[in-house]
Order: sequence, then C-alpha cells, then structure tokens
Amino acid sequence: MALLEVRDLHTSFFTDAGEVKAVNGVSFNLDYGKVLGVVGESGSGKSVTAYSVMQILASSGKIVKGSIKYDGRELVNAGEDVMKTIRGNKISIIFQDPMTSLNPTYTIGKQLMEAIMLHTDRDKKQAWDRAVEMLRLVNVNEPEKRMKQYPFEFSGGMRQRVMIAMALACEPDILIADEPTTALDVTIQAQILELMKDIQKKLGMAIILITHDLGVVAQMCDEVIVMYAGSVCEQGTADEIFYNSRHEYTKGLLRSIPTADSDGSRLKPITGTPIDLLNMPKGCPFAPRCEHAMRICLKERPDRLQINADHQANCWMNNAEAVRAAGEAGLDVTAVREDETEGGEKHE
Amino acid sequence: MSDTKTNERPLVEVKHLKEYFPINVGLFRSKPLKAVDDVSFSIRKGETLGLVGESGCGKTTVGRTILNLYKPTSGEIWYDGKLIKTKADIEEFRTKATMVFQDPYSSLNPRMTVEDIIGEPLDVHKMYKTKEERHERILELMGHVGLNSEHAARYAHEFSGGQRQRIGIARSLAVNPEFIVCDEPVSALDVSIQAQVINMFDELQEKLGLTYLFIAHDLLVVRHISDRIAVMYLGKMVELADANEIYSHPLHPYSKSLMSAVPVPDPKIARANQRIVLSGDIPSPLNAPSGCPFRTRCQYATPACAEAMPDFKEVSKNHFVACHRVAEINQ
Repeated sequence: MALLEVRDLHTSFFTDAGEVKAVNGVSFNLDYGKVLGVVGESGSGKSVTAYSVMQILASSGKIVKGSIKYDGRELVNAGEDVMKTIRGNKISIIFQDPMTSLNPTYTIGKQLMEAIMLHTDRDKKQAWDRAVEMLRLVNVNEPEKRMKQYPFEFSGGMRQRVMIAMALACEPDILIADEPTTALDVTIQAQILELMKDIQKKLGMAIILITHDLGVVAQMCDEVIVMYAGSVCEQGTADEIFYNSRHEYTKGLLRSIPTADSDGSRLKPITGTPIDLLNMPKGCPFAPRCEHAMRICLKERPDRLQINADHQANCWMNNAEAVRAAGEAGLDVTAVREDETEGGEKHE
Repeated sequence: MSDTKTNERPLVEVKHLKEYFPINVGLFRSKPLKAVDDVSFSIRKGETLGLVGESGCGKTTVGRTILNLYKPTSGEIWYDGKLIKTKADIEEFRTKATMVFQDPYSSLNPRMTVEDIIGEPLDVHKMYKTKEERHERILELMGHVGLNSEHAARYAHEFSGGQRQRIGIARSLAVNPEFIVCDEPVSALDVSIQAQVINMFDELQEKLGLTYLFIAHDLLVVRHISDRIAVMYLGKMVELADANEIYSHPLHPYSKSLMSAVPVPDPKIARANQRIVLSGDIPSPLNAPSGCPFRTRCQYATPACAEAMPDFKEVSKNHFVACHRVAEINQ
C-alpha cells in the first residue's frame, strides 16, 4: 500500500459561466522518500490536484469523483474533522509566494509557534524551542534573534525557508510544494531546492513538487506527472518522461525550451494557444494543438496505456491496436488536416 | 547568433553610466541607492546583448536609463556615434530606440483598441499624413507579429498573454526602430508560448535588422537569443563575453555560481551537475559592501577585495571580468 493513493480524481469549479473541469481523472501513488513532480502550464490543474488532496479548494470547487487514500484512509468526503487531523500534521503545503503567505503583523516566532501549538500539545516554552530548532534545520542564522522579527525583515528566500520550517514543524509524511521557487532568483532557488533535498534525506518524507519548470523537475524528481488542461498526458519515472516521452505535448514542451547544448537554431514551439477550460473539446484536450492529431483524437479521449512498468501515457498514437479496433468499429482514424481542427485557433 | 551578421561598429555605447535614486532615511536626510554604478558597454549593430542578474541588480534600470526614461545621474549614452544629450536628441533617439515590457497585462491600456495601442507611437511622433496611411501601417505591423487584421478593433483583455505580448511588440516596432530594449519579454508567458515569442524576436531581427538589449533572468533563454551576455551584480557589471563562452567558461565567481544554478531540463545532466550554492542573500543596494560587491558571498574573497572595486578588464579576447583574483581562481 502506498502512502498516498489518488484514483481517478475529478475536481470542478462551479462558476456563473458554467462548470470548469479543472482536474479530469488524475491517478497516482506516492511512497515515503519519493519526490513526485507535477508539471504543466497555467490552468493545467496541477495546483488544483494538490489543493484537492489537502481539501483546501475555494468554495466554488468540489471533488466530484474519485478517491484519495492516505495511509489506507479515504479522505474524500471524510469530513472537516478528519481533515483537520491530516492537514499540517500528516500533509503540509508550502505556496508559491512567500511574500503573501506570512502575516505581516505578527513576528515569525509567533507564526511558527502558532502552527506548532495548534497541531501538538506542546506548551509555549516547548513550542518556542521547537520553532528555533526548525529554523536551524532550514539554515536560518541566529534563529533566536530571527524569531522576534517580522516578515518584512526577511528576504524572499528567507521567507520561503520560514514557510518550509512551518510546514515541517509537525513532521508530516507528505510535503506539497506548490511552485516553491518560482518567485525566487536562480541562486536562491538553488539554495531552497538543495535544502528541500537535504531535509527530505534527514526526515524521509515524500514530496509533491508542483512546477512549470522542467529544469527543476529534472533536478529534483523521481517520478513525474505531465498535465495539460486538467488531464494527465503521461506519467512515469523522470528518465522515462525526459528520454522516452510518449505524448506529443511532453515532446513539444521539451523541444520548445532551450537546452544546455542548444546551438542557437530556432526553437520548435507548440503552435496555438491553451484551450478554454469552459469549452473543452470532446476528445484529447491537446488534439487541437497536436501536429499528429487523428480524427479519433478529436472524438474520443485516449485511455491510459501502460508503456512499460515505469511509464503510462494517454495518447492514441501509442495504441495502435485500439486505433485499429476503433477503425473497425466505424470510427474515423485518419489524420486530420490542420484547418479542420476545432476548439481553438491553430495560430495565435 | 553568429558573428557573421554583426559588424564591429557599435550602435549603442554606454560610458560610465550611473543611476542613483535618492531614498529618504530620515526626515531630512536621504541616501543614494546606487541602482547602476559605473557601467560601460557597447552593443554592435545587429547584435543581441543579453543582460542577466538577479532581482535588484540594476538590469532593468540600465535598460530604462539607456532610453532616458530615467535621467542618468552621470555617464554618457552614445547612439550611432552621437552623444544623446539635449531634449531634441532624446526625442529623435526615441524614434530609433523603443522598449518591450515584461508584463503584457499591465503594459497595455485596457480602454484602447489594439489599433490605437499600436498607433499611439505613430500619433506621438506624427508619422503619417492620412488616416488611411495610419491604418495601413498598423495592419502591416500586426502582420509582422502574426496578428490578423480582424484583431484591430478588439481590446487587450480579449487576448491571451502571448498575443498581448505580440501587441506590445507591434507597438514598439511602430516607429521603425533600429534598437529595442526587451525587458523580460517572455518571463510572464507559459513555456509553450515562450518559444513562439522568442522565435518571433529572432525572425524580426533578421527581417528588420534590429539590435536588441535583451534583459532576462532565465539564463537558457538568454543564451539562446544572445550573441554576447553581460552579468550584473548589485549595480555593477561583473562579466561580459560571448554567450557560449560565458555559459561554458564563466570566469567571475558570481557568474560561475549563476551558471551552475541553472536548472537544466535533462535529468542525467542535472544529477551530475556540481552546483556552486552561494550562501546568504544579496546585500541591500542601500548598504552595498565596500570594494567588490560580491565579496560577502564569494568563497575566494580576501581582505584586499574589501579595499577597492576591481577594474572591468579584458582578460582574453572579448571577455571582460571585474575580479581581483580572476587569474588565480581560474588557473
């Protein structure tokens, strides 16, 4: 049994404009000591997946289907009382923006102690000691002095360290990091990523790392989920995803970024624009931008296909048999011409 | 990209540029914030100079000061062999040099149509005789950046981030500039859209013979688009060299750690990469260290580094470094 098992998770937001299906059928397992990367662009549903696990969705958001099991316990519909024992204690989260996630009117010490006293039965003195210990763990110099300071006296990197200290204060089994270094400079990002790896080695927890930066994924993650428009494109070990991509979106992403040995020739961008989540196409969400799209891609969502033991992909291209069967069943599986794609402009 | 398309004549020359902002530190006292402190460089015609550094290092201020959006505290800006000094110089200069901004959301007026946004520089510089001429020029500009004529009557909020950035670029092209300061033009865009816009910068450069100062913090993007790269730290330029040279053989300790910190999108390289992780944060530019600004975080610093700012000198052909110990640490 995995530490965290997510099965066929569907999360929607019910807005005045209609239902926005932010997450459509995400499944994954997470074990102790592993780093799972969730990559995707804005609106791909990577953060909503994490917020669903924590059940901290905005009031219009709801898990409509699926199961989230932590240590064998079902969390979906488990109720707020159960979630309160999970959040912070067992699963913690740090957010992208360390500037806004701390309260500017309280000292760092007070905010750290609040988190500790809420989740454990330590008294004030013990909570203070624990907070100092945590600041030391995340390499904040002179922690006793820093405890009495306010967030504005901390730099961005230091604030993110405080957030990590707070998230880890109750020794959670899982740390969810939602774009933890996006707001930071490159050299500070390197410090924070190094710190997260170190602490993980010391404490052995699992990390879900949400990011749009494939470089950060390559550096940090054991396993990767690639998301597009709320759906999983493919998932597997980092090596499989980077060196044996089996989904056109992943391939396109890897082609479109400059690499360490790029020679200055033109990048190969993914054409078109991200799709409108209110107006999802029926078939594969990436089909309108996919240069190899077949007619079946516009009509039917591809199933998850096991590529090998470490790799699954949701793309019709990998499933020659299914395509043949669909062809025999009367579905059109020929390639589409560019001008026939629907659901979005082909060129910006 | 290649050396062949650039020639040696500098189009833009920046000499000992300083930009200090007064910051109030008491009721009647103010202190200069040295955003840019004695920076000199030149950009050849047709080349792309990348300018990198972390937040607060002064890279954006350099770009804005070159265009005289801030009046330089001291120093000179030469354009095409001519010193930009008087108001008339600046006015003329601004028809040759423009800017593309980082945020495609806040840099476009939400109450103007795309046609008026792109046409505004034409209005300001009175660059047309008839309404038809203005309209035609706008459509031509929209064509350059891959927008359709039907987009002209729409408002900025109707477009995605990538398309807005195209509108911003069309506006900066309106006056037929030769030189464009691009201030983090792709940072706010999604990965799959970034490549479209980067390619467009490349294509426009080829088609219109543009010269770019490309300011960004994403080193892989900068290396891709630039011929040469300059690295800044706390208002000073610490290194300047060919893009590939500085990426593979950085000489300044700060550039070394910056290059090693780049997250490379390749797991095997990333795992093998020996990162030089710097301790501490960038000091506040209000209390910059004496001597070399990097000495407080530099593993090679000696007491001598606190004494004087090292000269920005050419250590090998076209490779400039400001470090007292550059020879010793790169043996």
